[in-house]
Amino acid sequence: MSAGHHQLYRAGDTPVHRLPPQCKLAAVAVFALVVVATPREWFAAFGAYALLLAGVAVTARVPAGSVLRRMVIEIPFVLFALAIPFIGTGERVQVAGLSLSLPGLWAAWNILAKATLGVVASILLAATTEPRMLLLGARRLRLPPMLVQIAMFMLRYMDVILEEMRRMRVARESRGFTARDARHIPVVARSAGALFIRSYERGERVHLAMLSRGYTGSMPVIQDLTPSAGQWLLAGTLPGAALALLLGTWGLRAMWGMS
Amino acid sequence: MTASLEVDRLAYAYPDGTQALFGVDLRIERGERVALLGPNGAGKTTLVMHLNGILTAGHGTVTVAGLPVSKDSLKEIRRRVGLVFQDPDDQLFMPTVRDDVAFGPANLGLRGEELQQRVKDALTRVGMLEAIDRPPHHLSFGQRRRVAVATVLAMEPEILVLDEPSSNLDPASRRELAEILRSLDVTVLMVTHDLPYALELCERSLILSGGVIAADGPTRTILSDAALLAGHRLELPYGFTVP
Amino acid sequence: MHVPDGFFNLAVSVSAGAVAAAGVAVCLRGARRELDDRTAPMAGLVAAFVFAVQMLNFPVAAGTSGHLLGGALAAILVGPYTAVLCMAVVLLVQGFFFADGGLTALGVNITLMGLVTVLAGWGVFRLITRSVRSRAAITAASFAAALVSVPASALVFTLLFWIGGTAPVEIGTVAAAMGGVHTLIGIGEGLITAVTVGTVLATRPDLVYGARGLAAPLVLRGADGDVTVVPEGRVGVRTPVRRSRPFLLGGVGVTLVLAGAVSFFASGDPDGLERVAEDEGFIGQAADHAFGAWTLADYGDVGGIPVGIAGIIGVGITLIVAGVVAYAVRRRGHGGDLPV
Repeated sequence: MSAGHHQLYRAGDTPVHRLPPQCKLAAVAVFALVVVATPREWFAAFGAYALLLAGVAVTARVPAGSVLRRMVIEIPFVLFALAIPFIGTGERVQVAGLSLSLPGLWAAWNILAKATLGVVASILLAATTEPRMLLLGARRLRLPPMLVQIAMFMLRYMDVILEEMRRMRVARESRGFTARDARHIPVVARSAGALFIRSYERGERVHLAMLSRGYTGSMPVIQDLTPSAGQWLLAGTLPGAALALLLGTWGLRAMWGMS
Repeated sequence: MTASLEVDRLAYAYPDGTQALFGVDLRIERGERVALLGPNGAGKTTLVMHLNGILTAGHGTVTVAGLPVSKDSLKEIRRRVGLVFQDPDDQLFMPTVRDDVAFGPANLGLRGEELQQRVKDALTRVGMLEAIDRPPHHLSFGQRRRVAVATVLAMEPEILVLDEPSSNLDPASRRELAEILRSLDVTVLMVTHDLPYALELCERSLILSGGVIAADGPTRTILSDAALLAGHRLELPYGFTVP
Repeated sequence: MHVPDGFFNLAVSVSAGAVAAAGVAVCLRGARRELDDRTAPMAGLVAAFVFAVQMLNFPVAAGTSGHLLGGALAAILVGPYTAVLCMAVVLLVQGFFFADGGLTALGVNITLMGLVTVLAGWGVFRLITRSVRSRAAITAASFAAALVSVPASALVFTLLFWIGGTAPVEIGTVAAAMGGVHTLIGIGEGLITAVTVGTVLATRPDLVYGARGLAAPLVLRGADGDVTVVPEGRVGVRTPVRRSRPFLLGGVGVTLVLAGAVSFFASGDPDGLERVAEDEGFIGQAADHAFGAWTLADYGDVGGIPVGIAGIIGVGITLIVAGVVAYAVRRRGHGGDLPV
């Protein structure tokens, strides 16, 4: 029924899958922070971060191929990063006959390395945690209930909208229309209006069904998700190791008088 | 004895000004199975939305087992009136059948073993207990409709209101649902334009047309009156005669 | 426009995070007034819709890509406070589930695509509809609001990039690429927003927040012939909300900031900036900043037109068009003929 390309979750029963969602959310967020805080010259640290993520992927049995496929999301920024050395300013270096900006090369590396690590961490999170569990986790991390609720309805309706979009595109294209340039914006705009009404009314009906069953604005929480200290510790391995690496590298460099 | 459902001079217009109900009167006794017949656009769904207070009456009153529908009584009214929507996909929004059936009773405050027992009982009554841990969207349409009925039964309603229960069902699912509905020990109001289904399940029928109740009587009598049916855009399927 | 991890320096990421958190907090309070028990799923739908709309990508110069933002649409449909929440949810979900937009850049992304688009969009929308309340005016105002909101967001992006971008790219190049392409995207977004709002308005006017107060009083007729006129504001009908002043002020504030940025960049071809820097005497300090090394470099001339100016011209045209639309609609309103 729903072949939505956002089916990111890969069912499994590994230690990573079993971790309570709030632990994983917190771990990924802290990991991303550590990565971003790492100076771009510390190549070894980035390599080590990548190894850490590879370790998580292996533990969670998420195949490399599926991670790579999902990394296409990053392409626009990869392109941007690749363009920086050409359009960047500052000192130029000659590489294979091309004049490249040295600061541009550094910046491109910086963006690529950090963005890629962040993207892979998020992909692993989504691959090992069901969306609704992530929402429960977010709720446990004290994300405001209003936001959690909006997110819940949003995920519920993503399928509906994507499916309607696909149907409408098929209907348009089967009549010989493909959106190629700005002149087609009015057609796309009109479909957007229809799409909105269709999805809106569907959402309204679901909400009425919920109200009919006593819904008063907050989802009843039935499961108990309290993580044990051990689970927090396990989840802390990734950001913990990354942080240790960061601090360790910093300490060594300070000792040897590098900067 | 108080009626399960009593509607008195109910009138309603939508916010855009379209008026759908022009003074509906009806009374359903406890244990009755009643069909509400009417063509598209007669105001059937609008009427149903008033029964549990989703829409607020512009004029007139709705009373469920002696309790008038009002802003203060909404919670109890929604427990008493179990609404099964036409499209089960509107009704099933949780990731598993279990969560979906538990949603209503959990909103009523049930937890733990009591809640799980409610869920299992309701699913048993519609013959869907084996699907308890499956995601609703993996079920067939007929199965989803049965689960939708279970989500409402789990709230132990006073009256079960079904909106077009037979629509989009294949013949086997249609028969299975009929058997389930007949086996239930609750008052049923079935909104439909599937006349044979009404005849099969309900001893009494009402015709809602133009926003008012146009006829009320035994289903057999109403379906035999060709002129009455034609006057309200209702038709028996080709080749079907009332036995 | 989703900013990945490592694109901005830590200072900008953290400050934008603080701005975003404060903005979301304010909106959580404000949304309590907008959201009744029926509107939470609507907000979810708007979020899903915005999400879907953001998947339509357009290639942008310099290799990056731009897309529709949806903030103005959300503001008009569910109200500005809820709209910010919707945008925040979209970005959170994109960041955590889809790895689109860096987690440490969430603050930047929420600020750019949530706060700025909603503030600019709603500000323009209210400015136009404050005096005129007809369907035509609301549709036109939706167009103008969306049209302005996208380049506004692009401009703030450029501003942030100038303050703390990690890439040593000429600010004029960024301004041109972002401003130019997002002006085009703004036109597309304006059309889609106007048509969407128009469609919803035609079929379900009760669902458009920005159109509250348009519905006529209801007439109820009983079967016995009694006729009852029900005044506006009865149970079940949302009453118009006129608490727009904070947002109006916010919108004006953003516009002023943007105007400042525009005029700054308008003279922002490197020579001009260098001169300004010398005149103002901050060229010495600039060297202390991370951007000092490159903001003043001698680039930014493409085909004889300073690229910074090219981008700004686009934005300027947008603002003028929006202004003309606003003026025209308001004049019509004062003329008194309000065909719906």
